[in-house]
This record gives sequence, structure tokens and C-alpha cells, in this order.
Amino acid sequence: MIVVQALVNGLVSGTLLAVPAIGFTAMFAVLRFPNFAVSGVATLGAFAGYLAYGAGLQMAGSLAAAFVAAGLAGLLFDKIAHLPLVKEGALPAAIASIATGLVLENVVRLGFGNEPRGYDRPIARDVFFGEIRVSPQQLETMGLALALMLAVFAALAFTRIGKAMRATADNPDLAALKGIRPERIATLASLIGMGLVGVGGMLLGLDSSIDPLTGTRILLSLFAAAVLGGLGSVPGAVLGAFLIGIAEELSVLVVGSQYRAAVGFVAILAVLTLRPRGLLGERAF
Amino acid sequence: MLSYLLFIATIGGIYGLLALSLNLIWGGAGMVNLGLAGFFAVGAYASALLTTAGQAPIAAGWLVAFVAAGIAGLTVTLSTTRLREDYLAIVTLGFAEVVRLVAANEIWLTRGTDGISGIPGPWKRALGPDFNGVYFLIVLGVLLVVFFVVRRIDRAPYGRALRAIREDAQVAEVAGKNVLRFKTEAFALSAAIAGLAGALYGHFTSYIAPDLFLPLITVYIFLAVASGGTGRPAGALVGAYLVMALLESSRFFVEGIPGVTAVQRAALKELLIAVALIVVLRLKPSGVLPERIPPAPRSS
Repeated sequence: MIVVQALVNGLVSGTLLAVPAIGFTAMFAVLRFPNFAVSGVATLGAFAGYLAYGAGLQMAGSLAAAFVAAGLAGLLFDKIAHLPLVKEGALPAAIASIATGLVLENVVRLGFGNEPRGYDRPIARDVFFGEIRVSPQQLETMGLALALMLAVFAALAFTRIGKAMRATADNPDLAALKGIRPERIATLASLIGMGLVGVGGMLLGLDSSIDPLTGTRILLSLFAAAVLGGLGSVPGAVLGAFLIGIAEELSVLVVGSQYRAAVGFVAILAVLTLRPRGLLGERAF
Repeated sequence: MLSYLLFIATIGGIYGLLALSLNLIWGGAGMVNLGLAGFFAVGAYASALLTTAGQAPIAAGWLVAFVAAGIAGLTVTLSTTRLREDYLAIVTLGFAEVVRLVAANEIWLTRGTDGISGIPGPWKRALGPDFNGVYFLIVLGVLLVVFFVVRRIDRAPYGRALRAIREDAQVAEVAGKNVLRFKTEAFALSAAIAGLAGALYGHFTSYIAPDLFLPLITVYIFLAVASGGTGRPAGALVGAYLVMALLESSRFFVEGIPGVTAVQRAALKELLIAVALIVVLRLKPSGVLPERIPPAPRSS
């Protein structure tokens, strides 16, 4: 029974993790560098959502605030710091993005200090399915995360701009030849990708508390989800997030909660050794 | 004042070792190590444990630190078989986090977050107040040896092969270079140097704890190498002392601002370092001492 409960919890946290993982992997697919600023951006999103929620917005509105704040900040730093460096290779851009993450983390720290803050959501009684316990709040955030994911998939699959994004990720030169403007796609990828990362920071902070290191704490799980599914693959990131979420919860039963954060690292090592391109391959959008 | 300067100079020398370590792979082979703080910690813990719990002589501790971090470097690279740069970045970052987790949780070995205190310094009791001066000379000696070794590597055919791999791994492979082997060796040596720096650090301050090995140290060293000049060992050294100067002067600057809490002061300092790294990468990526590529010797 305890294992089933862990599986359910893993499914919930995997759903939440999938949101920022999609953002990270989509940015990698289009912009071609691993953007480490996701740590700071996730923190920023969590605090933007916190302010909006405190100002009286509902959950969906607060998530939208997290999306906008994180998306704009991510876009700004991509334009001024990262993208000009990508021309020299993925490495300088990746290094600059670490600095960006640190900048955002410390901007939040300047404003809010280090003390953890909670969202003060109304307390509700847990729902039981047999002996499996789920809180209504978990169900609500999970539903919002799933809705957001479906929207992203639908946009990528059916809209013109989604198809243009996939084309650019697949082959930038060919896409440009067809009249797709690469800078516009890059802008959109930064905005939406970082927006999703910001929403993810808030979703993962909802159940516990947030502080300037919120984003840093989810960094490894986020990378693990993306690498496990195949860097650059959106369905892969979702699959990876579910697997990492479940593995993390199960690991608590085996090695205790203190090594939860190491699960992502072990998963990354395992997948790079056994199946370097990830479960779904790198270019499967 | 003198002891303060000696302290700064010693820590700067240890950062200099880390900068040489990073420059070897970043400047040399175009690889990154975002887990520099992790290898630094492995060396510090290896030597501290061996000389406190194990009662071994300090020199043995340093040697073991060098070897242990080198082996850790090998393990990390072997699992990232293709060593593609983006994956290596993610794996090394994760490595540093896991090192900190282990240091904080394996209390039977590392005493957890309490850290290890009472790490012996060489001739510390006999030297008394002169310890800082003598230790600075030891660090300087180690720094010079490592500097001449990596500069020798840089100028040798081996260094040229590394640079060829940095510029285009495929061409190097076609030219018959075993790219994977070159990269693995360079990374292991670089990790070992970082481990040695960690050991020197622990025996200097006599205390280590997981919180001393934050990713922030890695950012310092990236700033050092980028501002000094990627691909040039002398640049790495200059950069390390530039970062040290920035860190210390920012302390005085930040403390002068009225009405700022301690947490905000720390945040401002980190902010300054991070912004400096972005500015250097964007505006002066070649650094103070730009790379010089000597012409290849003519074959007769």
C-alpha cells in the first residue's frame, strides 16, 4: 500500500515537473544551448505567482502572472546575454545562463530575504480512494498542469506558429528557406519556454514553501526529466518527468528523503550510459 | 593588516589553482566543468579525513586528494561517453550537488553539516603566528609547479591536439587523434588539480563543511578564467587575483551602503559577481591576456 501511495505521489509531482521540463527542452530544441537560468527563472515565477495570489488573484490568474513574469525575464536575458553568445558555441551561452540564474535568484533575495514563504491556500480535507490519500489541492494543481500541457501540445501540433517552431527545431536552415523567421521563433521559444519554467516553479512550490533557492532545488530533477526523455523532445520531457517523479518518491522508501535530490543525477548517468539519446530520441517533437 | 593580506593572497592562490584546472579543459579542450566546487570538495574531504581520522601525514593527504578527485573526474567522464558539451555541463553540475548531499548526510564519515574541524596545518604549532606566511609560500610553490606543468602541456604537441579538438573534434578524429582519450585525460587531470586545491584549502582554514562548497565557487572560477583570458595559463592566474580583488573590494563597497541587512549584502555581492561574469563574456570574451596560439613547428 505504501508503494502505491508513493506511486500516486510520484504521478502528481511528475505532472508538475513536466511543465518546466517541457519549457527547458523546447528552448534547447530551438535555441541549441542548455539554459541554466531556469533555476532563477523558476524562483522568479514562484514569487511572482506568490505576489499575485496574495493580491487576491485566483490560482489560474496567479499562474498566469508567474508565466508572464518568468517569460519576460527569460526573454530579456536571452536577448541581452545568451543568444549573442550562442554564435560562439553552446558553452559560452550556457555559462552566461548560470550567471543569469544567480542574478535572478539574488534579485528575489534582495526583495524577499531568505525566509520560506507559503501560499496560504485554504485548508481542505484529504480525499481517500481506498487507502490512497490525495489532497484536493494536489488534484487542482495537477489539473491545471495537465490543462497547460495539453494547450502546449495542441499549439505545437495544430497552429501555424507551433509547426514553424517544430520546423526550426528540426532544421533551422530549411525552415528559414521556407520563409520562417528564425529570430521570431527564438523569441517565442524563450518567452514560452521560460514562462512554463516560471509556472513550474510556482506549481512545485505550492505544496510546501518558496524561497530564493526554490528553483535551484528543482534544477536536477528538471534536467533529469529532459535528458531521460531525450534533450529537445517535448513528449520525452513529459515521459521523463513522470519517471523522475515516481523514482524520486520510490527512492524515499529505499534510501530516505535526504537522497531524493540525487535520484535525478543517477538517472542522468544511467540514461547517458545506456541510451545516450534518451528514451524518445533527441529530435522527436 | 599583513595577516589579512596573506590570507587573501593564499585564498587567491587556491582560486588560482582552480582557475588553472578549469583553463586546462575549458581553454584547452573546450569542455566545461560546472562541478568544479564538487571536485574541490572531494579533495578537501579526502585530505581532511585522512589526516584527522586516519592520522596520516599532511603530504599523504594532499596526494590522496589529488588522486581521489582525479578518479572522480574519470568516473564522471566515463559515464558521459561521448562527452558532448551540453551533457557534460549537466552531469558535472549534478555531480557537485551530489557531493554536497553526501557530505551533508553521511554523518558517520563527514560529520554532516557540522563539518570537520581541527584539520592540521603543516608545522602549525611550531610556527605560531608565522603560519599564514609559510602556508602562503607553500601554496605559491604548488601553484608555480602546477602552472609550469599546465603551461608545458599547453605548448607541447599534446596541448595542440587538445586545441585541435576544441576547434573541431571531427577533424582531429580524422587526423588520427583519439579524441575521447584526450578529453578524458585532460578532464581527469583538471579534476585532480581542483582536488589538490581543495586539500590546500582545508589545511589552511582547518575547517570544512558542505556549505563551503557551494556552486558559487564555480562561478568565481569561471569569472576568473573568462576575465583573465581563456586558453592561457597566465591569464587564469591573473583572473583569479582579479576575482579576489573584486570580492574583497565589493565587501567594503557593500558594507558602506546604509540600511541594508546582512542577507541583502550577501545577495548584492553575489549579484555583482554574476553580472560581472555576463559582462565579461559579452564584452571582452578574450580576457585581459588573450590566448596566443604559437605557430606549429615546421616539419623537416
